[in-house]
Amino acid sequence: MGHTFAEKVLARKAGLPRVEAGQIVDVSPDVALSHDNTASIAETFRQIGVMRLARPDIHVVVLDHACPAPSTTHARNHKLIRQFVREQAIKHFYDVGYGICHQVLAEEGFAVPGALIVGADSHTTTAGAFGAFATGIGRSEMAVVMALASIWLRVPESLKIVVHGRLREGVTSKDLALHVIGHLGAEGGNYRSVEWHGEGIAALDMEARMVIANMMAEMGAKTAFIPPDEVTFAWLKTRARQPYEPIYPDPDACYERVIEYDATTVEPVVAMPHTVDNVVPVREVAGTRIDQAFLGTCTNGRLSDLAMAARVLEGRKVAPGVRLIVIPASRRVYLDALDAGYLRTFVEAGALVESPGCGPCMGNHLGIPAEGEVVVSAANRNFQGRMGTRDSRIYLASPLVVAASAIAGAILHPDDL
Amino acid sequence: MRLSGTVWKYGDDINTDVIFPGKYTYTITDPVEMGEHALEDLDPNFRLLVQPGDVIVAGKNFGCGSSREQAVLCLLARQVGAIIAKSFARIYYRNCINNALPAIICPEAAEALEHGDRVEIHLEAGEIRSSTGVFTFPPLPETIMAIFEAGGLIPYTRRKLGIER
Repeated sequence: MGHTFAEKVLARKAGLPRVEAGQIVDVSPDVALSHDNTASIAETFRQIGVMRLARPDIHVVVLDHACPAPSTTHARNHKLIRQFVREQAIKHFYDVGYGICHQVLAEEGFAVPGALIVGADSHTTTAGAFGAFATGIGRSEMAVVMALASIWLRVPESLKIVVHGRLREGVTSKDLALHVIGHLGAEGGNYRSVEWHGEGIAALDMEARMVIANMMAEMGAKTAFIPPDEVTFAWLKTRARQPYEPIYPDPDACYERVIEYDATTVEPVVAMPHTVDNVVPVREVAGTRIDQAFLGTCTNGRLSDLAMAARVLEGRKVAPGVRLIVIPASRRVYLDALDAGYLRTFVEAGALVESPGCGPCMGNHLGIPAEGEVVVSAANRNFQGRMGTRDSRIYLASPLVVAASAIAGAILHPDDL
Repeated sequence: MRLSGTVWKYGDDINTDVIFPGKYTYTITDPVEMGEHALEDLDPNFRLLVQPGDVIVAGKNFGCGSSREQAVLCLLARQVGAIIAKSFARIYYRNCINNALPAIICPEAAEALEHGDRVEIHLEAGEIRSSTGVFTFPPLPETIMAIFEAGGLIPYTRRKLGIER
């Protein structure tokens, strides 16, 4: 019997000939990611009683969650992180303005096939788009990774999702991800490694693949895996920091479940408040009045997302009374969108373009809704209170739906504009 | 280890945003203050009325969403004795173990127990007793029990490294 991606990568990292799902292994991560939570992690690290990081070279610290600092308390937090980074000689430090940590890992070539990436952030799964084993961990665990450069992981069972056919024009990988989460549920991938295969995935560009891997956190997945191919290698050509060796599952690997989807039947959808698996076709909720539209985040703040929204917004105006907030996922994306004219399109349409970072996604700043307000968002979470206000409602959608809805002032299928 | 307390009962997919809102994650560092916001967006009564040793009982996928550890720390600050659920989200489950908060997977108890029930939990025996009945759950795997018994991942790591406090 063959082995899954998760079994093969964790066997390699543990230095064992083979491991099976359910086994617990001690492994050394290649990359350890943290962000604005690094000050808190540093505090816990000090409690261990070790003076120096075991492997400062594996740590990547990106300030993104509240950038630039919206309050004295946030500024103090950033200051502590800068001090810690200096004190521990962490080379891979990206201060405010570089971008969202998962995007920075991709752009800076840390996310490579076969790498073991741990991150003190649930959306660390994003790097699975490159064929890495990338998983979210807690702050205490990251403190121990600082001290020991190792972590215990349970080898997860695996789900195999096969996507036949290609997405139709106007249907995005966000719609596909939401479609699948709506079908399998918010717990559908809990503890699992979720592998994505098939023509529908191979046909996606790198950015669209990152959306899928990112959204797997919302299905509870431990990690997501998309097989590296020519598209992946082309992206990595100018970016990869180190040589890498892709790992692929065996053809006869043992999966807990194989689920097949037909991409040609997927349509634009939204996840209604307050859970991400509350998914319905856009037209079922079309006409729902909105107060704010948000385009950005580690899910849909990349250049291709901005490009598709700009095409919808070109020559049009955001509806009166509606705020459209656009936040490029990184400085690179910001510059490319600037060069391509997308930012001008957004500003002329009446949008607010903010500096790279997470923005209002988890309620820190740059667009907190008031009580009773409705937001259509390209982010990944619509939990009650997620954007900072308990009595607001968040609909999750693709950048196309976000842009069309901003113009209409109500949720709208882009084809109906 | 034996625990006893009163049940606070909640549903499925209780996420970390309603357990500890994201807007506080970089501004609140004091555990006591974290406790003042525990379950703020889920049940405003909780933080006013919860007693030391009380037990949270919930459905499937408890703690889904963010990796934020404060969603465990805020409950510890209120001296919650244990969480019983049909299932836990992966990172939340690890965060519970790493902070020595008993996270018990027991679908039968999660189904049967009601808000306000008194429960007694015997961790080593894998047993939950209430007026509704006696429920059993499998003990933790050895690796994980060792972290739990040490009082969490940080004391466990110190012990492993031979560092005395």
